[in-house]
Amino acid sequence: MKKVIYEIESNEKLVDNVYKIILKGDSSDFKNPGQFLDIKIKGFYLRRPISIYDISENSVSIIYKVVGKGTEKLSEMKKGETLDCLSGLGNGFNTNKSGETPVLLGGGVGIPPMYYLCKTLLNENKRPSVVLGFNSASEVFCLDAFKNLCVNTYLMTVDGSAGEKGFAADALKKINYSYLYCCGPEQMLKSCYDNSSTDGQFSFEERMGCGFGACMGCSCKTKYGYKRICRDGPVLEKGEIIW
Amino acid sequence: MVKCENVSTKVSLSGWELDNPVIPASGTFGFGYEFAEIYDINKLGSFSFKGTTVSERFGNETPRIAEAPMGIINSVGLQNPGIDKVISEELPKLKKVYHKKVIANISGFSVDDYVAACSKIDNEDIVGLIEVNISCPNVHSGGMSFGTTCENAAKITEEVKKVVSKPVFIKLTPNVTDIVSIAKACENAGADGLSLINTLVGMRINLKTGKPVLKNKTGGLSGPAIFPVALADVYKVYDAVKIPIIGMGGVSSAEDVIEMMMAGATAVEVGAYNLVNPYASSEIVDNLPSAMEKYHIKNIKDIIGVAHNG
Repeated sequence: MKKVIYEIESNEKLVDNVYKIILKGDSSDFKNPGQFLDIKIKGFYLRRPISIYDISENSVSIIYKVVGKGTEKLSEMKKGETLDCLSGLGNGFNTNKSGETPVLLGGGVGIPPMYYLCKTLLNENKRPSVVLGFNSASEVFCLDAFKNLCVNTYLMTVDGSAGEKGFAADALKKINYSYLYCCGPEQMLKSCYDNSSTDGQFSFEERMGCGFGACMGCSCKTKYGYKRICRDGPVLEKGEIIW
Repeated sequence: MVKCENVSTKVSLSGWELDNPVIPASGTFGFGYEFAEIYDINKLGSFSFKGTTVSERFGNETPRIAEAPMGIINSVGLQNPGIDKVISEELPKLKKVYHKKVIANISGFSVDDYVAACSKIDNEDIVGLIEVNISCPNVHSGGMSFGTTCENAAKITEEVKKVVSKPVFIKLTPNVTDIVSIAKACENAGADGLSLINTLVGMRINLKTGKPVLKNKTGGLSGPAIFPVALADVYKVYDAVKIPIIGMGGVSSAEDVIEMMMAGATAVEVGAYNLVNPYASSEIVDNLPSAMEKYHIKNIKDIIGVAHNG
């Protein structure tokens, strides 16, 4: 964990209520895809934990959804303004266990962390497939970004207005995969857990107090004891999840 | 002329001398060693470790965090590994990075719980004093908090004092009609000091779902929102008792430490602010001498309770 003051390079709307921010500043504390930033937003007491979308040597980008007043305020911030963040939080995804052909499933704003994970796996010469799940065509973002990585990308929408009709987990039937990575709403995680034939890792969400393991606000029960989503997670292994 | 290089920040709690009055509060600092990754925690006066009970507890179901204007509401519910694991696992980890004495924060759900946990922790050299949290519900009296009646507060104080040799500070809840009478009851029952205040009961409702944000519905409000409440309670209790007070509730700066001490606190705990700024307590320790210079305070002990003069 490191406290970093980032400068906003851009804050762009992708689709309704979903924005992408590129932040200039120290990214050295991020070790794994699936880690997160904890962002101080002026006028709000608690920080907002948001997963990283992409990292380069001197920048970090995030994609976030406006879900309340804090993220609404964040969406109004402009290039050149600064954000006080705690960087390098959470365990993130472990790519050692992926095998040659892992599948990455993201639902809604669970998709962004899959992008840096996908890039990491490609750098390790693995051949990931990606499944993106949305409710409908109007919500689709990031599709081109994944296509530009030249990976097999499956688009699923609940109402069938784009890609194939169905849930992200439905795509698992059609894909041969060695391992599973998953991030999205809990219902989607559960469905991927139930329908997957391999081991995998699941990224969870919970209301957090601190984001770095001090307050025990986001604890959950696992087969191997109590874990803090913010520090021991947000990524849990399939074998430890109690469902 | 007071210069920050020559000020004295030393304070004393029941004969235990602290380098400074800044103490991270229980529940916001874990067992310390995690903060030792980001700064040297030996610079702190001390810290109060995570509220510990006789047996391991998961606490309440999540969500157990809600935001408030200038504050945080938590319903963690005393998640902790239990007194035996704290002694066998947490304290040894702490000792590797921390060479001062710690405040042992102990909770329970019956008098026997308190007595059992306190007598065990009393044997640990690293413990400087025991802070007994009496805000928990009493399972033997319909779940009402021990800290809400003089009788129960005095009973716990008395029973714990019988079995321990270290100083006992009773941590009081502000969710009562008259905190002063409860403070006096603890003093009369033999308490060596008092810690106040614990969190205030609060809640938030999610407008989209129409349901409480916290699974537990209500939780404890802390943060700057409660600082004036804490200050007033410390002020009132200082007038009524002779034993030392550790003041807490929304303290977020060296100036807040000074203000809390002027109200009557001998030392000050920093809680919620550690959660939004992990360097909070370290920065307050760093800033204290220059804040003292600004207000012409040569010896921090001299300001304890000055707000009562004249």
